[in-house]
Amino acid sequence: MFTFLHKYASPQYFYSWSASWQKWASIIAALLMSVGLYYSLLNSPADYQQGETVRIMYVHVPAAWLSMFGYMVMASAAIVTLIWRIKVAEIMIAQCAVIGASFTALALITGMLWGKPMWGAYWVWDARLTSELVLLFLYFGVIALSGAFDDERAGARAAAILTLVGIVNIPIIHYSVEWWNTLHQGPTVSKFDSPSAHPSMLIPLLVMALAFKAYFFAVLFKRARTELLLRERNTSWVKALLKEAV
Amino acid sequence: MATKRKQRMIFVIVLISGFAAATALALFAFQKNLLYFYSPSQLSEAEVTEDQLFRLGGLVVEGSVVRMPDGITTQFSLTDMQGQVQVEYTGLLPDLFREGQGIVAQGKLNASGLFVAQEVLAKHDENYMPPEVAEALKAAGGEHPVSIPKTTVE
Repeated sequence: MFTFLHKYASPQYFYSWSASWQKWASIIAALLMSVGLYYSLLNSPADYQQGETVRIMYVHVPAAWLSMFGYMVMASAAIVTLIWRIKVAEIMIAQCAVIGASFTALALITGMLWGKPMWGAYWVWDARLTSELVLLFLYFGVIALSGAFDDERAGARAAAILTLVGIVNIPIIHYSVEWWNTLHQGPTVSKFDSPSAHPSMLIPLLVMALAFKAYFFAVLFKRARTELLLRERNTSWVKALLKEAV
Repeated sequence: MATKRKQRMIFVIVLISGFAAATALALFAFQKNLLYFYSPSQLSEAEVTEDQLFRLGGLVVEGSVVRMPDGITTQFSLTDMQGQVQVEYTGLLPDLFREGQGIVAQGKLNASGLFVAQEVLAKHDENYMPPEVAEALKAAGGEHPVSIPKTTVE
């Protein structure tokens, strides 16, 4: 099984199969994003309490989900890095961190824009907001640490350890609204038996969430492939590839 | 080679479970401090002294909102269906403030047990629906779908 893993994860092999994955993820992201944005911004009802402000949710919630999803992808790459020392996984850590940090920032900013009109404050130090801010700093730490070594592979291993230390924050973010009194509202969608959003709002939200996920992979593959070429620039397969291109 | 990989695997497992255990203990120890607000029924158990700044969260009791003659001071009661606290606030209330709405107020208890708020925030619940659906729910005799702030600490 592990020889199989090593084969698919070899830099040269990864570079060839990830090309079509990147292409399809981009196409799916563009399609879902245009459908999702149309329904969420133009063709869905206003909320009975929040009015038009509810539309911020269609960006905020998928961004917040992705901030945690991206961390789980990064943690998987970190485990593979620490145990199997696979180069492609090492590259993935820092690339996940950059995208994850962007979406965490997006979730925080859109949340603040929603909080001012709805709660009456841009920011409060409740458990949900604080743990999401900690997530942003964890991402920054991973980015900084993976670039702090002359040896890129040593940097990736250090970043992998920080990633796995920080993983305790993910359940804290998720359950913060249930464990403690928070100003942030409780979960709406994860109550699968009876989600507390009307279908006319829930469906655009889920389309947007899928669009964000597809976008994540499109960007992740693009970044990983570019970084891989840079690191492997002195190997024979990259030189052969360049010769072909010229 | 296989043993080396096994060692690394054990390292990863110990790393994650060690930090998870440490964090769980820390969170358990600080549980009370992590509450963003107290509910009225928690207030009787929480040892808050006079002049101590804290937050209080609950639903605005129907029919309890009274505007004072000065035009900017409002008095209302907050409830979690078990306890009730009288609140006074001078200033602009958030748009979502209304009877039956969940809110969080920051302030101090005075000598007579009145909670004098310095800041009032509206707590939005997790229900999203178009106005027509909310109307229909109301017409069907369903309660206004507000979430009751949690009262259990444990």
